[in-house]
Amino acid sequence: MQKLLGSNFLKKAIFLAATFGLVQLLIVTGVINPFIMDTLTTICINIILAVSLNLITGFTGQFSLGHAGFMSIGAYTCTIITLRVPTTLGFITGLLAGAILAALVGAVVGLPTLRLRGDYLAIATLGMAEIIRIIFLNLDITNGAAGLFNNNQYVNWFWLFLFTAGTVVLISNFIKSSHGRACISIREDEIAAEAVGINSTKYKVTAFVMGAFFAGIAGSMHSSYFYFIKPDLFGFLKSINILVIVVFGGLGSISGSIIAAILLALISTSLQSIPELQMVIYAAMLITIMLFRPQGLMGSKELSLSLFKKWSSLIHRKNGGEA
Amino acid sequence: MEQFFQQIINGISLGSIYALIALGYTMVYGIIKLINFAHGDVYMVGAYIGYFCMTSFHMGFLPSLFIAMTFCVILGVAIEKIAYKPLRNATRIAVLITAIGVSLFIEYGTMFFVKADVRSYPPLTGLLVKSFKLGDIVITMQQLLIVGITVILMVLLQFIVKRTRIGKAMRAVSLDKEAAELMGINVNTTISFTFVLGSALAGAAGVLVGIYYNSINPLMGIMPGLKAFVAAVFGGIGIIPGAMIGGYFIGTLEVMVSGYGNSMFRDAVVFAVLILILIVKPSGLLGKETREKV
Repeated sequence: MQKLLGSNFLKKAIFLAATFGLVQLLIVTGVINPFIMDTLTTICINIILAVSLNLITGFTGQFSLGHAGFMSIGAYTCTIITLRVPTTLGFITGLLAGAILAALVGAVVGLPTLRLRGDYLAIATLGMAEIIRIIFLNLDITNGAAGLFNNNQYVNWFWLFLFTAGTVVLISNFIKSSHGRACISIREDEIAAEAVGINSTKYKVTAFVMGAFFAGIAGSMHSSYFYFIKPDLFGFLKSINILVIVVFGGLGSISGSIIAAILLALISTSLQSIPELQMVIYAAMLITIMLFRPQGLMGSKELSLSLFKKWSSLIHRKNGGEA
Repeated sequence: MEQFFQQIINGISLGSIYALIALGYTMVYGIIKLINFAHGDVYMVGAYIGYFCMTSFHMGFLPSLFIAMTFCVILGVAIEKIAYKPLRNATRIAVLITAIGVSLFIEYGTMFFVKADVRSYPPLTGLLVKSFKLGDIVITMQQLLIVGITVILMVLLQFIVKRTRIGKAMRAVSLDKEAAELMGINVNTTISFTFVLGSALAGAAGVLVGIYYNSINPLMGIMPGLKAFVAAVFGGIGIIPGAMIGGYFIGTLEVMVSGYGNSMFRDAVVFAVLILILIVKPSGLLGKETREKV
């Protein structure tokens, strides 16, 4: 109990509660208008997507280009259920059903394909996401290319915060557990990991299924906030966008993914006034980052309180030296 | 039965285009182990250059093809020098992300200059509009032209790769880069030359698809690019004859699915084939199994 509710836990809980309270206050007082709320929602959904993909690609080292496919499964499942049961309970059921279905598909796809390595896995997951998109494009229940309209907006700041913070806390705790360490060892050297008795297939599939589960949640949130979904929203480009957040933030850094999700959302919002050049600038930025900082913003480091302490002590020492 | 043969002929025409693109993928992957996502966009640029040659400058088919190929070569080498060469020793994922960045840059850069709307190639004249009938099977002159030019380019490519010094260097570098360097082969030149060959073929494919399907747009390179990559994987990535076989197979398969099944599912079938191959024989049709050593 002492361990569970240690000072670190308390600090984190206070930090999370303070963030939630502050934004809630800003929403109530009207500082955060609907436009900013849209950006905030995009950021939160992107954080869930990026952190869950980081578990697969950054920590376990399995290169996936099909994250948008899992997202679309969550989005469609949730919308189809909330259209039948238009209540908050329906939304929660839909969200869980979507996430579980995405995880199931993740397991079915992951079991055979995770034997592949590197680029081959990337292409297999890309193919999988395309197949999912084409299936949604042809089913009657998903209304084909026209897409589905959700009548209500179920996601508010409470749900948004709950699921985003929940995803980040769960995944970062998973990585600190022995299972997470096993995943990291597979990234570092799969053969060596196998040699010390780690069942690499089991952990690769676990990471893949967990990633798919949270991508499903992100998809459900997307469809329940933005009302409208269609298969084209979850194409190849969406998977790339998620991967870009992860790589920009740093493979193997959860705080990096969060920072990158926020930064990229702000950049794309500020570029909205020049739509014809938006993607060109985005692409040029991407190339430049890769050329000059291929390890991403954070590398595999984490931003934490102790890091701040280190910095502040460094600054203190510098100031002390001058005085 | 006639319908079947007709589909085969249509499939071979489409397959020629996939094969031309797949060759570029397979050569680049063979030599620097990179999925060159920008390759599909080089093909798109080729189609646009051909279009402008034919409409704005009223050139004939062959000069347009030649100019498009030349321009694509310049573009391909520029991509390699600017974006991929500085990352020779970076992680695979960093290079792959760069390739995706280059791809997006070319797509949306082109869209900025030529606008997003679909353009149609000028109608063909003279000999090119003719078609032959064998029983009930129709073979158009365009199809003959596509297959003919593809075969000529492939023979030329085989000659360069198998019979010339630089081709020998290419094969050596793809087998073992360090050893090739120790033998005095200029690895950078060889890699650039690989991009030259691949981009020229992609440019040719762009012009050919323009005259075959008649419509081009700035995002036309994405899907054929992915399918050509599937073709390259099908034949065994890094193996030149494999890419040709893969291209024809994927083209024929796609036409068959559209003809006998549901054309909405043709892309899904191609990707399902990809996943099946990767699971059953990841090294591809002509590839050899390699064991990883510690």
